[in-house]
Amino acid sequence: MGWIVRMAWRDSRRNRSRLLLFISSIIIGIAALVAIYSFGDNLEKDIDNQAATLVGADLVLHSNRELAEEAQQLVDSVRSLSQGYSEEQSFASMVLFTSNGGTRLVEVRALGDGFPYYGQLETVPESAGTSFRNHKQALVDKTLMLQFDAEVGDSVKVGEMTFEIAGRLEQAPGQSGIAATVAPAVFIPLEYLPATGLAQKGSRINYDYYFHLNGGLDADAIAAGIDSLLEVHRIGYDTIASRKQETGRSFSDLNKFLSLVGFIALLLGCIGVSSAIHIYIKEKLNSIAILRCLGASARQAFLIYLVQVLGVGFVGSIMGALLGTLIQQFLPVVFRDFVPVAISSDISWGAIAQGIGLGVWIAVLFALLPLVGIRNIAPLNTLRLSLDAPSPIKDKWSWVVYGLIGLFIFGYAYLQLDGAVETLLFTGGVALAFGILYMAANLLIWLVKRFFPASWSYLWRQGLSNLFRPNNQTAILVVAIGLGTAFIATLFFVQSMLMTRVSLSASENQPNMVLFDIQSSQKADVVELVKAQGMPIVDEVPIVTVQLEAINGITADDARKDSTIQVSRRALGGELRATYRAELSDSEKITSGEWQGQTAKGDTARVSLEADYARRIRVDIGDKLLFNVQGVRIPAIVGSFREVDWNRVQTNFRLIFPMGVIDNAPQFHVLMTRVPDEAVSAKMQQAMVQQFPNVSIIDLGLILSVLDEILDKIGFVIRFMGGFSILTGFVVLIASVMISKYQRIRESVLLRTMGASRRQILVITALEYFFLGMIASFTGVLLALGGSWALAVFSFEVTFVPDIFMMLLIMLVIASLTVFVGLINSRGITLRPPLEILRKEV
Amino acid sequence: MSVILNVKAVSKTYQSGGDSLTVLQAINFEVEAGSIIAIVGPSGSGKTTLLGLCAGLDRVSTGSIVLNGIPLDDLSEDERARVRNQHVGFVFQNFQLLPTLTALENVMVPLELRGERNSKATALELLDRVGLANRGHHYPLQLSGGEQQRVSIARAFSNSPKILFADEPTGNLDADTSETIEHLLFNLNKEMGTTLILVTHDLDLAAKTQRVIRMKGGEVVSDTLVQDNAL
Repeated sequence: MGWIVRMAWRDSRRNRSRLLLFISSIIIGIAALVAIYSFGDNLEKDIDNQAATLVGADLVLHSNRELAEEAQQLVDSVRSLSQGYSEEQSFASMVLFTSNGGTRLVEVRALGDGFPYYGQLETVPESAGTSFRNHKQALVDKTLMLQFDAEVGDSVKVGEMTFEIAGRLEQAPGQSGIAATVAPAVFIPLEYLPATGLAQKGSRINYDYYFHLNGGLDADAIAAGIDSLLEVHRIGYDTIASRKQETGRSFSDLNKFLSLVGFIALLLGCIGVSSAIHIYIKEKLNSIAILRCLGASARQAFLIYLVQVLGVGFVGSIMGALLGTLIQQFLPVVFRDFVPVAISSDISWGAIAQGIGLGVWIAVLFALLPLVGIRNIAPLNTLRLSLDAPSPIKDKWSWVVYGLIGLFIFGYAYLQLDGAVETLLFTGGVALAFGILYMAANLLIWLVKRFFPASWSYLWRQGLSNLFRPNNQTAILVVAIGLGTAFIATLFFVQSMLMTRVSLSASENQPNMVLFDIQSSQKADVVELVKAQGMPIVDEVPIVTVQLEAINGITADDARKDSTIQVSRRALGGELRATYRAELSDSEKITSGEWQGQTAKGDTARVSLEADYARRIRVDIGDKLLFNVQGVRIPAIVGSFREVDWNRVQTNFRLIFPMGVIDNAPQFHVLMTRVPDEAVSAKMQQAMVQQFPNVSIIDLGLILSVLDEILDKIGFVIRFMGGFSILTGFVVLIASVMISKYQRIRESVLLRTMGASRRQILVITALEYFFLGMIASFTGVLLALGGSWALAVFSFEVTFVPDIFMMLLIMLVIASLTVFVGLINSRGITLRPPLEILRKEV
Repeated sequence: MSVILNVKAVSKTYQSGGDSLTVLQAINFEVEAGSIIAIVGPSGSGKTTLLGLCAGLDRVSTGSIVLNGIPLDDLSEDERARVRNQHVGFVFQNFQLLPTLTALENVMVPLELRGERNSKATALELLDRVGLANRGHHYPLQLSGGEQQRVSIARAFSNSPKILFADEPTGNLDADTSETIEHLLFNLNKEMGTTLILVTHDLDLAAKTQRVIRMKGGEVVSDTLVQDNAL
């Protein structure tokens, strides 16, 4: 073995920098993985350390309805074990910024004293987080402050009451940036909630009860002890441990997803390594044959080069790990909007070791493909170099290596995905994407060869034919750059598809503004106000909150006592927003049973359920349901199932009663209208908030801006991750340019000897990279088009119209980048004088 | 004298795209230990193929080759590699030095493969014998063609081979250098008692051997002793 290592060292002498270049393709992939693993380790540690601040208390009970007497007693009993207790009521409502008249739907959080017991409401100024509760003051989320150009000291009107803005809310316990985008918060003191007039019967309010337990008490044990009672009263709970577990699980999923994306970059790099080592071994054919001639065995020859790959794989992995540790410093910035804790960026030695181990293993695994061929290099090559090694397809060891690679990819994905089906889908998906890209690349190359533009000028033809030089890596480059392009192009397509879809959902005569939480007593006046603004009433829908108490006579209590009963325990006792009407809307279609729009006096109502909901709660046509409508029990029979198009700005319901059953139950109303533009919308919202502060409004503009912001944030993460693939592609490109440098120099010298100018050679080289970039990005865009089309047709159910301009732009940018990277690395080739090169061994 | 190489009814056929091409046909000869033999013939006559087969670089299609009492046809490729390492030396027309190894290391390789402890000392001595004692640390690219061939000869003799195969050893060299190489080859051969089989186009060189085997179209057309050089 000592001789093998010595020979590996000697043989690598003149090739070390090249070998390192080959292996550099995996550096980016390893860097991505080390960064992600480190991020995951830090996140886990941070969630552990900051778990208490995620909840803000030892125990939180939450309910979406006011507590009944027994439930209140339960809360009181836990309160008696606590050194601190605090309440919060939160709900969606409109607020009005009095300084400029701006209005927006927000999450109003009316908070009592004490909370949070761990961590703090991070505000500017800092004192505002505690002091606002002692005055008629509010804390306003920083995004809202920015959006409405509000400042501390300004006023914000919540319901009937105007509050002074005491501070800008930077961070509330457990809240992530993305949550603030969807529902920015306005905190007000709980004692002022009644005065706002927003907490009325039927209002959709969430109640939270925070407990700071006496020292030594175990929140989980207490919660477990009252679990069944909590379930009866449909009260949920959170403890520090449960939140830690839940948060950890969510982010472990995110981390696994990111690891898979990084893994794809690594796989791309590995294909680059395999391809480069293949060329390296081809160049070493003679040396191997000489060694064989001198008596080295096939195993010895194979081991010499395996040791080299091990060595450079190790060095490459260390470089990747270093780069990954550096990149990791930036990940908290990339992900800060998604994570509810402050993320540290400590060095994770575990992640580094994992990355290096993985790097060495995967470099060896992929290098084995060309390396196994060494065994077949005959010593006769010393006499006749024309004799090539046998085709790897006929070598059984090549198939063993292919099998090992497949197993490894499956195994790695399995560890991330925890499911055989998901793993198979991922592995199959990766193989399919690689396969499609590889085939598309070869097809394009074949087409270019087949229909070679013979009439083009020499420079263009030479640039194009350079793609097919011996030992070219065109196909692998197309796969690597193409896959990165596919990621990014798909992202653009999907983003624009979603935005177009939401915009279209309210096109023409469809409503684009929804007013809800309208009390029955306000209905007529609200309608009048809308009409007075010159806007139509497109639809008006009553909403009644009902509770499903029994399915075929089985109550939640029965289901709890007998777990063999086949009913949905989740559905029983749960609240539903239902409506009543005589006719179906045009977004609904009966799929089974019969629609009944009117119930005669004395008859049992035949309700209509949304088909998916019916399947989830396991009921069938003809089943008997018992509803509790604000204290009144109403029996019903499942009369029909409906398919509902949820993709419109309009109200849709899981449960619809016919007329004549719940018409007089306590209800609120939703009203839909259509505003011509943003100015009218703003004016309308201002007037509505002034006159009916409890009425909430969502308009299409708000949906679009929230969606745009979320997509932007998600998009940034995907672009960041997709960037690794593109980068890997460029590293493979640099390696490829370097590998073919000798050949390129010879070509360049030959051309210059024959009188070609430097400029002409530069043009040929630039054209070669331009064609490469165009073929790669075109292939990537094709894949993205296919993927986006499939998403459009099967998932979003819309017609897919690709953005041609965006397509061309992406292709042009990628091609330009390829030219830039290629030329930068080829500059030595064109700058050196022919004589110098002819004299020198290159 | 004992027979070191026995070639019996050897033929070699290559398959190429469904067609078969016979490059050697019914070759028979024996070589006595310590003799110097030249195989001559026009290009494409099968000289190099025959050399490769005799040295165990390839397998015969039919017939048999026995080298130093070892039937090569029964051996696997790795077993033949061992035979080459123990009993055979090579000198090639294009020197075939490992470009990443210094001259000294090139000479050491066969000895190291045999696991010899004094490989460096032996290699240095051999380099001295070929007049390159002071060039041991140079890489092949830093040596002239003649020097490279001298290193190649030192390497060929490093494992004290029983038989040495030389494929056009002076084919890439000028007349003066060729002469030096010839002397070196013959002198070392004599000193070390090695059998030497040369493949060459050079009839003057062939005339300096003891026996000339002429080939044409894959067959031996004559096998004559050179009277002046006969043992």
